[in-house]
This record gives sequence, structure tokens and C-alpha cells, in this order.
Amino acid sequence: MRYLPQTEKDVVEMLKVIGVSSIEKLFGSIPPSCRTKNKLDLPPPLSEWDLNRYMDGLAAEMATGSEYTIFLGAGSYQHHIPASVSYLLGRSEFCTSYTPYQPEVSQGTLQAIYEFQSLCCRILGMDVATASHYDGATALAEAILVAIKKTKRNKIAISTLVHPLHRKVIDTYLRPVDCELIELKAREDGTTDFSDVPNDLAALVVQSPNFFGCIENLEKGAQSRPDKALFIVSFTEPLAYGLIKNPGSQGADIVAGEGQSLGIPSSFGGPGLGILTSSNELMRSLPGRLVGQTTDTQGKRGFVLTLATREQHIRREKATSNICSNNSLCAVNAAMYLASLGGSGFRQLAQLNRNKSEYLKEQLRNKGFNIPFSAPTFNEFVVDFGTDFDSRYQILLSQKIIAGLPLKRFYQNMSSYYLLCATEAVSKNDIDLLVQEVSS
Amino acid sequence: MTKLPGTQGLILEEPLLWEKGDKGRIGFSLPENDVGHFPLDSDLCGETPDLPDLSELEVIRHYTRLSQWNFGVDSGMYPLGSCTMKYNPKTNERQASLKGFQAAHPLLPDPLCQGGLRLIHELERLLTEITGMDAVSLQPAAGAHGELAGMLIMHAYHRKKGTKPTKIIIPDTAHGTNPASAALCGFKPVTVSSNTEGILDTNDVAALMDEDTAGIMITNPNTLGLFEKNLPDIAKIVHDRGGLVYCDGANLNALLGVVKLGEIGVDILHLNLHKTFSTPHGGGGPGSGPIAVLKHLEPFLPIPRVVNNESYSLQENFPDSIGRLLTFNGHFGILVRAYSYILSLGSELPRVTEYAVLNANYLKERLRKILHLAYDQPCLHECVFSDKEQHAFGVSSLDMAKRLIDYGFHPPTVYFPLVVPGAIMIEPTETESKEDLDLFITAFEIIAREAKTNPQLLHEAPHNTKVRRLDETTAARKPCLCG
Repeated sequence: MRYLPQTEKDVVEMLKVIGVSSIEKLFGSIPPSCRTKNKLDLPPPLSEWDLNRYMDGLAAEMATGSEYTIFLGAGSYQHHIPASVSYLLGRSEFCTSYTPYQPEVSQGTLQAIYEFQSLCCRILGMDVATASHYDGATALAEAILVAIKKTKRNKIAISTLVHPLHRKVIDTYLRPVDCELIELKAREDGTTDFSDVPNDLAALVVQSPNFFGCIENLEKGAQSRPDKALFIVSFTEPLAYGLIKNPGSQGADIVAGEGQSLGIPSSFGGPGLGILTSSNELMRSLPGRLVGQTTDTQGKRGFVLTLATREQHIRREKATSNICSNNSLCAVNAAMYLASLGGSGFRQLAQLNRNKSEYLKEQLRNKGFNIPFSAPTFNEFVVDFGTDFDSRYQILLSQKIIAGLPLKRFYQNMSSYYLLCATEAVSKNDIDLLVQEVSS
Repeated sequence: MTKLPGTQGLILEEPLLWEKGDKGRIGFSLPENDVGHFPLDSDLCGETPDLPDLSELEVIRHYTRLSQWNFGVDSGMYPLGSCTMKYNPKTNERQASLKGFQAAHPLLPDPLCQGGLRLIHELERLLTEITGMDAVSLQPAAGAHGELAGMLIMHAYHRKKGTKPTKIIIPDTAHGTNPASAALCGFKPVTVSSNTEGILDTNDVAALMDEDTAGIMITNPNTLGLFEKNLPDIAKIVHDRGGLVYCDGANLNALLGVVKLGEIGVDILHLNLHKTFSTPHGGGGPGSGPIAVLKHLEPFLPIPRVVNNESYSLQENFPDSIGRLLTFNGHFGILVRAYSYILSLGSELPRVTEYAVLNANYLKERLRKILHLAYDQPCLHECVFSDKEQHAFGVSSLDMAKRLIDYGFHPPTVYFPLVVPGAIMIEPTETESKEDLDLFITAFEIIAREAKTNPQLLHEAPHNTKVRRLDETTAARKPCLCG
């Protein structure tokens, strides 16, 4: 086996040094009653070439953009990823290293994460960003736990337009916690209704652009937050902040969301990138890793993991969270992507995404389809395809067109509504084809 | 003497991203706008984010230079205890980057993602076979996330039974995530000390286990690299008093084909695919921490679950489930790598454990001549020393760890487990050759001599790295987290 270097001669020599007669004898500390009687029932080893064939076969049973025209977004976005980014990410010094606990031999990861934290702050208008979390939903759930601890209150108001699957993850995290989740309803224009926000909240949580792609009025949200409550803004499409006002400038205390769209492949849902940022006041309450700048004994600039006294390996059960990793490589991936785009590229790409989806929206409207929510959107929006569209949707699938996401799975009263996403990765031809097919 | 890998070489300086570049550059091929311009209402528009503008080559050089300041498994031996830094096979990367996997949207209709669902289902089945557990969910994103899943299952199980225990037993050798995960579910950790042999004593657990205790979290083999041989008896006591046994499977690399934890009293187990099953650590993640349970706890597993009924589908209708732990389908890209690894080794998987244990015992026997061995017991996949012998010269574990860097090795885990003062915890893994182990031993022998003759050299180590020891105190006192 090519991963196992031991030769017979090595084994003999090593056993001699250890002073036992066989490898089997090394397991003497395990009582026979604990040993398994059953040999592992595993298939024979596959050669690399057989493995390639087998995996090629599995991968071929997945619908992707080369064959299909896909208008799915809803928290995972298809964007072009430069070859340079994929190539850099393959550098095994980034990929095969551990958490940078030995900073002298981890400056690559540490500087890259420090830069990632800084770029996140610049995009979102915040003071501090963590080194990343598992995904947007867990980052948001952790943000809510911060609010509960910080305010010592247990009531959370969350917009019904926060990604439904993120809300499910929040439910899971909060299940053992004594707290109450209050849902804020949607207004007719597809944004959150802030007119009836309860008092005594630990946090007010809203997503922008929201699950329907609509841009929320965050200033209004911030104003309607009760005294001492934290205003938490989440997102699934950070590219939008290339164009729209960032949440930090509109009063957000914590901004937490999903960074997959920053050059990370969808990869059937993971790994993604949980981004968690806050104001300076909340720095020491944040969960997860933080990288900070410092100097070495010679006065040279360097970077280290810092404020570790918040974390589980020091504080154990009193830690701010149980997390012990970040999605580091995904964070580096996002930083490489942002460095490639630059500020002006980020804005142009954001505008291009807006153009694509607005064109699609306009074409559908011209064909007589109802666009039920009037609030401005970024790169996805809701369309009402009418009551009989189900079967048409299935036919389109067989023609290799995925006409968005049926919303009835998440919102019972929206049986004929579909969430459509158009990024820079779909062409005018793709859009025209969709419009033609749905209206024929 | 054979030549040690550590040397000096040209390392290139590289500023921060925003200290280079110039406005107007770009490293990205922007597609043409073929659909017309649709400006956004000006009251919604913000400023252009202040990101540095760089050309493609500037980006390439930036990250290439940064990467060269890092040490990875591909650079050299990385014997971090309890981290299982084994070789990360390149064919796994090839499989994970197949377009069908990498470009697949997580909300594809079931019939259009059969390959991915089948992969999840098959990997779950292989992991049940390897662990002796009955059912697996691949959703948890990391080891600590798997622990959280396990604690939520324990919480839900007791609620369903109508009990509300408030405590949980955790050994003093446990990783810090164990008490932190338990605390997230409202359980108060009660510490049980390990005995003079470095393992748990059945009587000590019996004295703590009562009806107000949800169960026990146990790591086997534990973080001293020792097998918790009393686990079956401990499990019986815990079960008799209404509790559940949770096992942290971080050290499963020691047990493949030898022990199936599901057969010896474990109810809930989490695995670390980034340890035992060779997926890269990525500088701190992403990992994957599947959760495995016995049959009676299967209804509590996270949703969605992959069900095979003529074709594969994602199902959510499990009313007792703890719910969803991650937005989509777990860290699928990591699952592809682990699945590829298991298929590559197949029935040869037990060799991994045999050689991992052989390597660790060989290191233990050779190094005990120069380092104090914390527990003189046969070890499994890792061994724990301390700096006791070097105290006389004023040299600490940290000094020796930093000096190893100069000789071209990543240091072992130091100062953990907490029960051994000045711990040096070494896990070589099965993928290191005898020659590399011998070089590592040689380096340690030189360092032990230097400790006696020139301790200052060690206090100031490392000498050959891009930066020297860093001021962590100021970093924490005056945090600078954003530039």
C-alpha cells in the first residue's frame, strides 16, 4: 500500500527495539473481551485508476452547469472561480497544515487569516471578524448565543425572511437553551415588518438581502431595536455589499452569514464559510478563533492566534463556545478571491449580478408573470409561475433546465412561487431560453 | 550521522495585501455585460468596498510566498499528539474536485443528485462497519460539532424519557471541547480523575454516577494514548443508572479492525474524518465530525437523512430528531475525500492501526532514554513524555518544541493533556517511515544534549524561521485584529 512505508525489515527491527515478538503483542493492553471478533467487512482495496473510474461515475450522476442551465441560489451561489485561485488553494503548505498553534512555522496561514478578517470588516463595515466558522447558519446561531449571554435576556425576534434552513439550525442550537424565538412577519413588498418589534429582546435578527433576494431597510431595523438588544444582520450573498450599503454603516452590532459565494465551490452544500463580525465592544465575547498582529523578539511583524482565554482549550466549560476549528482553508479561499477581484472588480461583478437578475425579472414581467414582491432585489427574486406550473417544472428538468427553487417547501402559502437566481455565470442566452420555455 | 532536514534558505518578504497593488489593477476576468444596465436606487447604494486592487501575478506571488512560511504534512514530519497528522493522499483531492461534485448545488432535486446521495449513504454504511455502531449522520462539520450533536442527542433522549439530568461525567484527560460541548446543552461537567495507570477506574465512576447524571463522555484510547480497558464495566454502571455513554473518537486511528466501540458499551460516538480518514486539516479546517449511534438512538440523529428506497432521497420526517446542524448536507467535499481513502485501503484498513501503533511504540522506546515517560505503559497510537528531566537545566517543553523546528520537524503537542505537567505528546501516525522516525529521534537526542550544554540556544529557538518567538502577551492585551 503506497501510504504505508514499513517494510518487513523495518518491522523486525522496530519490534526488536520495542522488545516484543509481533505487532499483535502491541495490543496487549486491550482485554480480549474488548477485541472485536468480527473482521472488518470491507471491499478489497481499489487501485487509483479503479477509484477514478468509480468516482467519475458517481460524479456523472450530478446535475451541474456544463449540461444543465441552473437558476438556483437560495444560499448557495454559482460564480466563476479563477483558475489562479484554485491553483493557489492547492498549495499543500496551506492545505496540509494544522491549526497555527506554532506561529513561527504558520505565518502563511496566520497572515492570510488576518487579511481575511480585515477584508470581511471592510466589506461589511465592521470592526472585528473571527477567523471563520462552519457555515452561515452556525455563525448566526453563535451570534445569537452571544446576544443571549451579553444581554442576559432570552427573547429573540427573527425575521421570517431569514434563510429558512438557517432558522432551522438556530432552532437546533437553541433547543437546550431556555429562550423564546419570535418571528417577525414579511410586509407585502417582500421585506421585514419592523412595526411590531417586542421589548426586552436579546437580539433582533434580519437578513439582507433576505431569502427572497429583497434588500432590507436596515436603518429602520436598527431604529426599531429595543434598548440594549443587539441588532444582528445576516446574509447569504456577500457580493451584494459590492453595491448596497454595508450593514455596519446602518447600525449592526453583529453581522454573521455565509461566505460561499466568495469563490468557494458549492460542493453540494459544503464546506462553506461562516463569517462572523462585530463591533469592537463585543470582541471579547466572540466565539471562535481570532488572529492578531504582534512582533517577534527581533521586533519584526508577525501574527498569532490571540484572545485564547475565551476558548475551550483554556476555559473548558466556561468558554464562549465549544468550537475548536474554523473553516480556515475556505477563509483563505475567500481572501484569494477577493484579492483577485479588488475593490473595483468587486463592485463591477456585483453590478453584473444585479443586471443579470433584473434582465430576467424584466423579461418574465414582459411575458405577463407576476413578480409578487416590489422591493429592490440583488441577484435573486421571487416569481409567481401560476398554479399549474408544477408539471411544467418537471418537464423543464427533463430538458435540463432548473427553473429555480419551489418555495412551497419553506412557505406553505406560496405554492406557485419560485425563487430564481441569475449570477454572472448565466448568459443572456440561458436567460432567454428559460423565459421562452416557462412561457410556452 | 544522517542529515537532518532543517536548514536555512531564502525566504521572501511579503507585505499585507493592502500594502501592495494600485487602484485600477485587477486579477479577475470579468465577463461581458450582455443584458443591459440596471442601476440600483441610489439611496440603497453604498461606497465601493476598500479592497486592494492587484494583478493576477501579484496575487499569485503573495500567496505563494505566504505558503512558503507554512509547515505542512507535505513539508515534513508533523507528530502532533491527538491530531493524527497523517499523509493526505492526492487522489482524494482529485476526486473531490470532480466537477460533478464541486459544482453541484445543494438544493438539486433528488433525482439530479443521485451520485452524491449514494456517496453519503455508502460512507455512512462503511463507518458503521468500522465502528460497530448502527447508524451514522455525516452532517457535523467538525469534531466539536459532532460532540455538540452527541450532547444534543443525549439531551433529547433524556427529555423523551421524561428525565432532566443536570450533570455529566468527564475525565480529567479530556479535550477541552468535551466540557464546552456539554455546557452548550446545559450539562454541568463533573470531573473524574484518571488513576495511577493513566486510565479511568470503574469505582471512581460508580461513586459519581447517579440519577441526576446524563452519562459520561470518554475518549478511547484516551489522550495519554492508553486504552480505557474498564469501558465495558463503566458503561454497565452508567446504563444501569439511566445514563448514556458518549465516546470521543478522536483517537480511532488506534482501533481500526481491533476494537469496535459499538460492541463495548458506547451509545454515541463521533469520528474525525480529518484525523483517522486522512482528509487535510487545511490550517484549522474544514474538517468533518460524523456522529454514530446505536439503534435505540437512531431516531434522534440530525436531519436531513439520506434514505435508499429504490432511489436515494433526502428525508426530514423524523419527529425525534435533534434537527438540522448545518445549512445543507454536511462538509460534502470532505466526505468525498474520506470515502476515497476508505475505498483505497479497503480491507487493508487495519494495517493503518498496526503501523500507527508500531511507530508510536518505537518512538516511545527510543525517546524514553532522553525524556521522562509520563506513564510507563504500553501505548497505542501516541505516547506522552514530559520535560521533567530537562527542568534541572531550566529547559521547558516549549523550548524543546521550538528547537525541533530548527531541525526541520513540526513540534509535537505540548502542555496537553493537562494531567501531565509539561506534557510532550507525540503521535507519529502510520505514514512516517522508519528513517524519518530515526531522524526525529536524532534531533531530539541533539536537543537533549543542547539542553545540558547550551540551554540559551533552546530558550531562543527557533533560529531559522521567518519570524522568531512572537509576543503573544501584547497581542492579547492590545488586540490588533484588523488592518
